[in-house]
Amino acid sequence: MKALEEQEQVPAPAILDEPQPVFAPRDTNFERILKFVIPAAMLLLLVALWGWYVEAYKVPHYILPSPKRVAMSLYDDWGTLSAALLVTLKITFTALGIALVGGVGLAVLMSQSRWIELALYPYAVILQVTPIVAIAPLILIYAPSTQSALLICAWIVAFFPVLSNTTQGLKSTDHNLLNLFELYGASSWQTLVYLKLPNALPYFLAGLRIAGGLALIAAVVAEFAAGSAGAGSGLAYRLLESQFRLNIPRLFAALILLSFTGVLIFAATSLLSHLLLRKWHESALKREN
Amino acid sequence: MSQSNPVPASAGTFSADSGSRRPLVRLSGVSKVFSNGTTALQNMTMDIRQGEFISLLGPSGCGKSTVLRIIAGLGDPSSGTIEWPTSGHDASGKALPEISFVFQEPTLMPWATVFKNVWLPLRLKGISKQEAHDRVMEALEMVGLAKFADAYPRELSGGMKMRVSIARALVTRPKILLMDEPFAALDEITRFKLNNDLLHLWEKFGWTVVFVTHSVFESVYLSNRIVVMAARPGRVVNDMLVDAPYPREEDFRTTSVYNDYCRDASAALHAAMDANDHL
Repeated sequence: MKALEEQEQVPAPAILDEPQPVFAPRDTNFERILKFVIPAAMLLLLVALWGWYVEAYKVPHYILPSPKRVAMSLYDDWGTLSAALLVTLKITFTALGIALVGGVGLAVLMSQSRWIELALYPYAVILQVTPIVAIAPLILIYAPSTQSALLICAWIVAFFPVLSNTTQGLKSTDHNLLNLFELYGASSWQTLVYLKLPNALPYFLAGLRIAGGLALIAAVVAEFAAGSAGAGSGLAYRLLESQFRLNIPRLFAALILLSFTGVLIFAATSLLSHLLLRKWHESALKREN
Repeated sequence: MSQSNPVPASAGTFSADSGSRRPLVRLSGVSKVFSNGTTALQNMTMDIRQGEFISLLGPSGCGKSTVLRIIAGLGDPSSGTIEWPTSGHDASGKALPEISFVFQEPTLMPWATVFKNVWLPLRLKGISKQEAHDRVMEALEMVGLAKFADAYPRELSGGMKMRVSIARALVTRPKILLMDEPFAALDEITRFKLNNDLLHLWEKFGWTVVFVTHSVFESVYLSNRIVVMAARPGRVVNDMLVDAPYPREEDFRTTSVYNDYCRDASAALHAAMDANDHL
């Protein structure tokens, strides 16, 4: 760039006085602490209220156990419950994994060819709109084992949000950018990798967040429908079993484990989404007005 | 610029011999009819010579953007031909002109840094980040944004985004720069500044520019030739030269020469619009 500097009749463009967007400063420490303290205090309050109600009105534990009983059950039955949790987690994450690969793969395939889209999309919709509980008995007959039947059910449910969101993301690529790529002679592979996939990322991540929750729900619902029993069964079976035996503290314990897992999945997918988008996407942006 | 870079003939020489050269682009009887039956462009014939700064001036719907897109090869004309007499051709006889395009919007990839956005045209040609580094930084330096190489587009103002877009167009060292109302969405102060910077770069490197605008003042300030177009159907109604010397600085905007040309261009534009005054 020496030559440019030497050319005195070409003044360097003066642009730094142009206003740049202003971004809100990150939360102060106080705000950050409050973000955790307020929900925690709320939780403690609700649990205390629950304990007080059970105590004051002498509610029998087979109707509503006290928080202490639930905690004890969680501790005492941890062996059974953790084994069941592991089974449910395995189904959930395997289903989610296959749903991600399949959903993104099919979305890319459909975005490359209108014919493939016309041929396959209706079936993806049909799979989605038919209640999974209604298909489960059929899948149980055809699948080689109960576990694989549960996996198929969870996959069917988790698959669609990934497919549909990614498809939408691939299709909503800026037309001017597509023109630009065409102008510079980009191959369709380059257009896919450098343009369409990054553009679809926020859509895909929104789909992932829905799919993560749905995979867990479907894993539980499918187990209810399958009515699996004995060793190797998941949390859903433990829930039903506790209900039959009127072991309500354990039912609560299983329930708490399930919702805790759901929250963790949601938090993990949200964190992933935040990490991937925080640098550039509007959704991860805080603007000061 | 390093010594080895092929720099096009400087702008100072264009007026003397541009007429004698073969045109860079020749449009012969080009028409474009869209599938809904609208005639966007009717029978346009125009030579674009090396080093010219042409403004296509006209009301909306006159097909000025369509001309630009056809020159760029984005969409074929319904009839007529576009020739590139001085450009290389590939094996099938298709012209390989060195074109860059600046859209009305900055059209940046929001997920990529300024550097990566400018690298894009080279990256698509298979040039690695390291190989491209100097050329990308040089292009950013030209538009005064070298310091912002690692910023993301959302951190930039509208004018700065447009500069990135221009840097991306320049990084391939095109022979012809097509600009589709690039500054229309900017405020006047920023637009004037970018007008000046664009002119300085053009005077220095002497590419050919085809600049679409609906502003009479912008077209007279920048160009040495104004092609006035009318709408419905899109066609050329006037082709005028702006014979005022470069370099043009801010004070050119207040000279009587500038004023006269603005009046002429304005009259031509109004004549073009009067033909459609039933609208």
